[in-house]
Amino acid sequence: MSISNYDARILKAPHPVPGAPDNWKRFFSFNTDAKVIGIQYIVTSLFFLLVGGLLAMVIRGELITPPADLVDPTVYNGLYTMHGTVMLFLFLFPILNGFNNLLIPTMIGAPDMAFPKLNAAAFWLVPVFAIVLMASFFVPGGPASSGWWSYPPMSLQNPLGRFFNGEMLWITAVALSGISSIFGAINFVTTIIRMRAPGMGFFRMPIFIWTAWAAQTIQLLGLPALTGGAIMLLFDLSFGTTFFRPEGGGDPVLFQHFFWFYSHPAVYVLILPIFGIFSELFPVYARKPLFGYKVVALASFGITVLSLIVWVHHMFYSGTPQWMRNVFMLTTMLIAVPTGIKVFAWIATLWRGKIRLTTPMLFCLGGLFNFIFAGITGVMLATVPIDVHVGNTYFVVAHFHYVIFNTIGFGVFAGIYHWFPKFTGRMYYEGLGKIHFVLTFIGATLNFLPLHWAGLLGMPRRVASYDPEFAIWNVIASLGAFILGVASIPFILNMISSWARGPKAPPNPWKAIGLEWLLPSPPPAENFEDDIPTVINGPYGYGLGKPLVDDEEFYIRRANEA
Amino acid sequence: MTTSNSEVTLKHTPGHIKHDGHNLTGFIIFLCSESIIFLAFFAAYIVLKLTSPEWLPEGVNGLSIRMPLINTVVLVSSSFVAYLAERYLHKRNLWGFRTVWLLTMAMGSYFVYGQYVEWSELAFGLNSGVFGGTFYLLTGFHGLHVITGIALMALMLFRSFLPGNYEKGEAGVISVSLFWHFVDVIWIILFVLIYIWQ
Repeated sequence: MSISNYDARILKAPHPVPGAPDNWKRFFSFNTDAKVIGIQYIVTSLFFLLVGGLLAMVIRGELITPPADLVDPTVYNGLYTMHGTVMLFLFLFPILNGFNNLLIPTMIGAPDMAFPKLNAAAFWLVPVFAIVLMASFFVPGGPASSGWWSYPPMSLQNPLGRFFNGEMLWITAVALSGISSIFGAINFVTTIIRMRAPGMGFFRMPIFIWTAWAAQTIQLLGLPALTGGAIMLLFDLSFGTTFFRPEGGGDPVLFQHFFWFYSHPAVYVLILPIFGIFSELFPVYARKPLFGYKVVALASFGITVLSLIVWVHHMFYSGTPQWMRNVFMLTTMLIAVPTGIKVFAWIATLWRGKIRLTTPMLFCLGGLFNFIFAGITGVMLATVPIDVHVGNTYFVVAHFHYVIFNTIGFGVFAGIYHWFPKFTGRMYYEGLGKIHFVLTFIGATLNFLPLHWAGLLGMPRRVASYDPEFAIWNVIASLGAFILGVASIPFILNMISSWARGPKAPPNPWKAIGLEWLLPSPPPAENFEDDIPTVINGPYGYGLGKPLVDDEEFYIRRANEA
Repeated sequence: MTTSNSEVTLKHTPGHIKHDGHNLTGFIIFLCSESIIFLAFFAAYIVLKLTSPEWLPEGVNGLSIRMPLINTVVLVSSSFVAYLAERYLHKRNLWGFRTVWLLTMAMGSYFVYGQYVEWSELAFGLNSGVFGGTFYLLTGFHGLHVITGIALMALMLFRSFLPGNYEKGEAGVISVSLFWHFVDVIWIILFVLIYIWQ
């Protein structure tokens, strides 16, 4: 490229959205820049990871000895309900929306989201429903305590007879979270459909975009069913209807259908972007193109379609007729096909690659290892006889923690480390990162692996006291939980100190291929501003020597000089 | 690699252009999502009606169909009227659009009034078993959408007086019109489920 041509275009310094404060204060304002909103989401949700983690440690503290001695069993019911709710609605959903906000516009070369104000409104609903949910700790009767699935008739008890009770606040918070998620989903899907850079056809999109799209489609098609169910539950609880009350002709199992129609696919809403993160990171750190790109992309939507027809596997022991159990056993097992395709593709990507064991790669490998294990117990649980045997035991708890924390949680950490230099402009400290990984892996394994045995031996979930024969598994699990708690210290230390004083990050520290790496670190407010690149090749061209965009030199030089 | 400046400007698209089409795409996605809540309520209605041991509350023999039928005719025809308004706008006949749009709003308001009259004459309430619960839930949730639709139409009517409002396109009116058709289709299903299938 000639110099004159390069000079013909104006180099602009990064600038914030007009009118927005250009310092830390922007994170506390109604800012419409997707990158600010992304960081708002991520920091808020990491705070609630700590809250949910503290609740978990109280739970494990209670379970370290067989009798209920640390907390009252009634309080214990509230603790596990709030632990699950906080982790899902205040940690995982918001943090993945944070990734969507940071990555979707930068990866597809869009200046911002399609609806920036709606995007900011979706974020600011998070603190609102967080306050509603946390307020339930302080109302008479305490927080909701019928578990995160809130089955009637247990959730409809309201023993004190007050209008503002823990359960009512819980339903309100979940409904607000639903509104926030739908705002987000409309935004993400519209942005992906309409705002891709020239030349970026669907089969040139990075896999993260595919998985985010597939996940948000589930939000759009599944979440309203839970909203409908939650509205009916609220009417039963507060306005005297009997939709789910058998004494008034209602059907409590109907709520279970509404709940799981969304809340099983919700797991795929969480894990699909993590599959996206794995698919982004393995090629970078193995220096090889992603194996089977098109199949991996399409498998995401395979999971979307299948996820909407599996929900009854949560209800095998809810009086479900045998034919229905068989149908849903089959559909549930079918999910193993598209996920298996992905696992195969990742391993094939790693195969004979030039692997760099950086912190994000370690978290990815740990997450993949754990996911294979979670997948095996998942297929076991899909089998009706096994599920009827271990249903509502710690085996189920162990399985879904292997999915939710040991896979999704690991993927989240991998994503945070990988894109930290890009969006903060600073490098994190590799040593602290590795300490974080080692402690997390040991803690998570000690915490969740023994629970499989406790469950197989018959220890029921959601109990404050248990038979002494399960003591050994619980002691190991509690030890693991406390190690996980300690693991957050190097993480917090790393994030705060490197964001404040870490070495300045170059635009592309990992030598990764992708539009976001052609931007300066941190990217300016409107990403590529007036020079949106034209994509001329598919993603993951590692070792192929093909440029990703037309005129790539220009963008690399501009990013380096910014 | 050497390229001239003119080629460069062709290759790189400015990112500031705000496409009017985004709003329409986003609104259609929203409507797809919103329809699922209604589908959930319809499913609940069907399941409860088929399985509930005591469907109709004591002293209630069924629903009168006369008033709701008039309402149905008004609402369904208002969808065609809304389409007519859209055509007027498309031809830039602003006063034609405003008149016919106002007529649509009037028909919608008549529907809400008819619903109010019907509700006030009913012998059962929200708490009269699952029949009362599902009846008021479905008609009430739909009624909220009708009221929202009228409010959105009023907003569009107000905006039509702003100078240069349609230079960027008509996505607002098209979206509200779509919303109105959506409310209409939902009502037809609801009418069949609640009034015809007794």
